Amino acid sequence: MTVDAPKTLFDKVWSEHIVTEETPDTPAILYIDLHLIHEVTTPQAFSVLREQGLPVRRPDLTLGTMDHSTPTTPVRSLRDLNVAGEGAAKQVVRMQENCRDFELELFAFDSPYRGIVHVIGPELGATQPGKTIVCGDSHTSTHGAFGALAFGIGTTEVGHVLATQCLLQRKPKTLAIDISGALSEGITAKDVILATIAHIGVDGGTGHIIEYRGDSIEAMDMEARMTVCNMSIEAGARAGMIAPDDTTFAYLHGRPRAPRGRAWDDAVVRWRALRSDAGATYDKYVGIRGDALQPMVTFGTNPGMAVGVNEPIPSYNGNATLRKALDYMQLLPGKPLTETSVDVVFVGSCTNSRLSDLRQAANIMRGHKVAPGVTMLVVPGSQQVKKEAEALGLHDIFRAAGAQWRESGCSMCLGMNGDTVPQGKLCVSTSNRNFEGRQGIGARTVLASPMTAAASAIRGRVTDPREFL
Amino acid sequence: MSDIDTDQIIPARFLTTTSREGLGQHLFHDWRYGGDGSPRPEFVLNTEAARNCRVLVAGRNFGCGSSREHAPWALLDYGFLAVISSEIADIFRSNSLKNGLLPITVADAHHRWLLDNAGATVDIDVATSTLSLPNGVSATYPIDAFARYCLVEGLDQLGFLRKHDDAIRRFEESRPWTP
Repeated sequence: MTVDAPKTLFDKVWSEHIVTEETPDTPAILYIDLHLIHEVTTPQAFSVLREQGLPVRRPDLTLGTMDHSTPTTPVRSLRDLNVAGEGAAKQVVRMQENCRDFELELFAFDSPYRGIVHVIGPELGATQPGKTIVCGDSHTSTHGAFGALAFGIGTTEVGHVLATQCLLQRKPKTLAIDISGALSEGITAKDVILATIAHIGVDGGTGHIIEYRGDSIEAMDMEARMTVCNMSIEAGARAGMIAPDDTTFAYLHGRPRAPRGRAWDDAVVRWRALRSDAGATYDKYVGIRGDALQPMVTFGTNPGMAVGVNEPIPSYNGNATLRKALDYMQLLPGKPLTETSVDVVFVGSCTNSRLSDLRQAANIMRGHKVAPGVTMLVVPGSQQVKKEAEALGLHDIFRAAGAQWRESGCSMCLGMNGDTVPQGKLCVSTSNRNFEGRQGIGARTVLASPMTAAASAIRGRVTDPREFL
Repeated sequence: MSDIDTDQIIPARFLTTTSREGLGQHLFHDWRYGGDGSPRPEFVLNTEAARNCRVLVAGRNFGCGSSREHAPWALLDYGFLAVISSEIADIFRSNSLKNGLLPITVADAHHRWLLDNAGATVDIDVATSTLSLPNGVSATYPIDAFARYCLVEGLDQLGFLRKHDDAIRRFEESRPWTP
């Protein structure tokens, strides 16, 4: 009798999707269960299908939305939206044509389910444990919060999945990140992941799939887990995963695309097996003390350049990359960011635009005003999040404080839709990338949690949110 | 410098295109051009020495960030054939290989030499995955055997996948559960 070697969560999902095994000469053919598509990274892929006369192999496993280049300005009817810029407008039109011609489901402008691709997948219950999920977007890692193997792909690969529902892949290595201890009040999933990236570096996960484990992770709700997995790519890892548990199942139960009745019961039995076996080994291990964390903020031009909000910015000590980053940010080593004044605050993006994120920001904002001279944008992750937030009156809290309440989309995370931070201005942002120019030419980005963003909006300088607790 | 991200290689505002062509003009746009659109003389690609260079030598962890395939499209359209670094980000590497841009990772010592000897002529033998420096040093660089085969033979990966249609169908039919 042989006993199977203990497997990791990743091993289990990977091996369940192998159409043909990899050999030294050829990669594995990996089957994809859910292909999410959006307007920016698909037009060239559809062109290949048209040139070769190929259909989309599995329209039923393909889901489209428009999020990156779409406007977020409030309008009376979503049908009246005008897309900023000729190129963006053309992309949106092309997306509609492609989905129509290839008979794909598209959550278009007038759909109540439209939103950021990584918000709507989970919200619809289309994101499920054990699935392989891809999208032409690096933050596809978000869906790993459900125990799915989810990663970003390029446009050529989008074409491969459209035409064959498969990808050619080499098996990556595994990295276990254990996060232990109860998070203090005012410390969120965003602080956990920023601290993790600062610890392992922006290339600490390159070539690996991360599995986040430990009691800090187990205690998180699904939206917090999504925030953690979302930024796996900022540590260089294409995917991050968390083993599904009762929290996962409770989140999915009753959602539109989740299984129902007998199929639900069967699915939960299957999903419960999606845990790393005792004794399973990983290629690398990292441990993080969750109970020792501070609210985190970035001071440089990549997400690994982060410190506790009250800690001094480190000196560059001959590090040219760090020196260039601080020059760009117009910040000095040795001082904490709390002395830095803020021009713009952005609450949104696939990292932090879900209901719990908006609620955390609103709880800080309630009864306060956005500081004079500060512009604050609150952009819900989907039209459903917007509706739920409005049902709770969160929009009234933001508006009363002087913040702008927008339609859903990627918005100021990457500024493709006209929502940009002006040249040289400093933005405290709940998004995922503080790269040079990411939010606009010359924009200076400080990544932070929704609570830190809200507190900073009120004070007009980078602020520890615990001052408001 | 290290950790050059794909937002630097091709800023997001240039992604509103529906074709693969013409992105070279926007390569490293905000480092290459000032606010008024004039070239920044201090940026390396604007120097006379870099005029005809076909190989980009970049700091560690090149191509991190977004999955935009526009990054290798822009590098190729500009005229680069290969990128050399001590580490190259996963998605950028994959996207590059899909388009015939050669991602080469080398040991720190060779990387340092290349950074210190900008403009040197290197020899790249794709068939044997060998990089030869003018100082006499030769090194093999890691590359997936299949990716190399595709580069050398010009194999169409979509065509390769489609040849496995029967296996894909059998997989779909034999699954204990359906997505």
